[in-house]
Amino acid sequence: MRKPASSLVVHAILGLYTALALFPILLVIMNSFKARKAIFGAPLSFPTPSTFSLIGYDKVFGDSKIISYYVNSITVTGGTIFFTLLFGAMAAWALTEYKFRWNTLLALFFSIGIMVPIRLGSVSIIQLVVQMHLINTLSALILVYTAQNLPLAIFILSEFIAQIPKDLREAGRCDGLSEYNIFFHIVLPLIRPAMATVAVFTMIPVWNDLWFPLLLAPTGGKQTITLGIQQFLGQYITDWNAVLSALSTAIIPVLILYVIFSRQLIRGLTSGAVK
Amino acid sequence: MSEVKIEKLRKSYGPVEVLKDIDLTVENGSFVVLVGPSGCGKSTLLRSIAGLEPVTSGSMTIGGKKVNDLPPAQREIAMVFQSYALYPHMDVYNNMAFGLKFAKTPKADIDARVNEAARILQLEPLLKRRPRELSGGQRQRVAIGRAIVRKPQVFLFDEPLSNLDAALRINTRVEIAKLHKMLKATIVYVTHDQVEAMTLADKIVVMNKGRIEQTGKPLDLYYKPANLFVAGFIGSPAMNFLTATVKQGGVLVLSDGQELKVKLPNSCGPGDAVTLGCRPEHMTLGGSGTFKLNGMIDLIERLGESGFAHVRLPSGQTVIAEVRGDPGTSSGQTATLTFDADHLHLFNAEGQRLD
Repeated sequence: MRKPASSLVVHAILGLYTALALFPILLVIMNSFKARKAIFGAPLSFPTPSTFSLIGYDKVFGDSKIISYYVNSITVTGGTIFFTLLFGAMAAWALTEYKFRWNTLLALFFSIGIMVPIRLGSVSIIQLVVQMHLINTLSALILVYTAQNLPLAIFILSEFIAQIPKDLREAGRCDGLSEYNIFFHIVLPLIRPAMATVAVFTMIPVWNDLWFPLLLAPTGGKQTITLGIQQFLGQYITDWNAVLSALSTAIIPVLILYVIFSRQLIRGLTSGAVK
Repeated sequence: MSEVKIEKLRKSYGPVEVLKDIDLTVENGSFVVLVGPSGCGKSTLLRSIAGLEPVTSGSMTIGGKKVNDLPPAQREIAMVFQSYALYPHMDVYNNMAFGLKFAKTPKADIDARVNEAARILQLEPLLKRRPRELSGGQRQRVAIGRAIVRKPQVFLFDEPLSNLDAALRINTRVEIAKLHKMLKATIVYVTHDQVEAMTLADKIVVMNKGRIEQTGKPLDLYYKPANLFVAGFIGSPAMNFLTATVKQGGVLVLSDGQELKVKLPNSCGPGDAVTLGCRPEHMTLGGSGTFKLNGMIDLIERLGESGFAHVRLPSGQTVIAEVRGDPGTSSGQTATLTFDADHLHLFNAEGQRLD
């Protein structure tokens, strides 16, 4: 048993950290429900009946462009998660299960991808995307993000796939399953917790990214929500009501996705523990 | 017809040969047990039959069809793994039905087969459970059930009992023997446990270092081991070995100088080094056998109705003799072991049996 005193200290530290991390988010949500004057007058106070205002939300949802930016963000994030998981798991399966000539070299190549920041290649990526006529499309973003997230996904999924007993795959082969069916019906269900992990840490940076949307899809209605919000930030005037409301609502989709995936995480952990 | 015929089978990993010139016929409906120490190649041989390991050369037929290059699924085999290898994310029913679904078997047929297997293996109340909710013995039965529903030509068992506790192992062993009788199936079974081998097999194949040392009925192997390896491997505790040299006139001289007069085969000439083998149950402590060995009792293992006396000879070698009841002696005392010529096994310097 841990001593109550030391447990108290630990909880105090964790509590402090949580408060510190949540404070800006709280500030954003709180102020998004206030009138412009109140935001500047008393930024740290909660909205009161006299300062309460939904003007920011009205602006955000009244603007059809903003809605389509949300849809863009969801499409890009969803597409990235899908392709990262699909190709990541497939590559991980191939690299762990099959022995072929360039196996080790290929695995090494992928792990180098973890170490090299993709933003270093921004200029070439722009040239490539322009040549492929994919500028100002969501496909460009999905492709780049998938490439960015694949290395780590492969690395993590390989570890998990290697832990699936060899006998299981061989039982599948004896049962007459094709290699694809072994992958989809035996391997994938068993690495679901790992896939949820990969999904979570793929999703958040993609959702929050400003860099590639700015470079690859800055106009033409293909902006993501993080980029779209920038229109409220002007050189002289910033529409704080709209910015804060947009930011607050931008948390929701990613939160929902997180809840879905983290369920898988917890389920995976306990089902392993019982065995 | 589901005879398995293996001819001149070789398998190597790079320069390392793990299977050397294997010739083996598994007759239709017979229960063949591959037995040997770990690393002898028995599992590799089984996996080659299953098609999970490619072979380097040689030929293999199952039911008259050459299967060398066929994938496991087309060999009409079913394998039961040591770890059971049940699909953890499916219930018992689906574990058994899984292969059939992919073989596009009609739904009604799948139902019938799974229910039949569940009935035979008494799994009916468990069909909706997940593998992790089952005990070791139940998982084992599901693994066997999964094999049965496929109606294979040949069943392959890879050490299926080694993850079970002692009591369950004996139970399941009996179940497997019954199952074999009922299904009249052709079975190839790998184990390192010679009791399993002796009790289950129609034919035992003793393997060592990638070779087949001897093939035969269990009791033939027991009473007429072809060489020192088989003699030492089959039987527990292992057969005692004494080295000796042949002297003129059919007399053997043991290393302690004692002379034994036994009937020697003609192939033995004076000066030859031979090995005498005698099983513990054929040696008695202070009995009236023809031959005597003096030594000191190191230890007596008492098992109840019988026991094993470990007797150290002056040469330093330890010989084990079975004792009935309570021998009345204890460790540290001197003792005389006696045995008869009838139960002696004689091996030449190469370890081959002399008859």
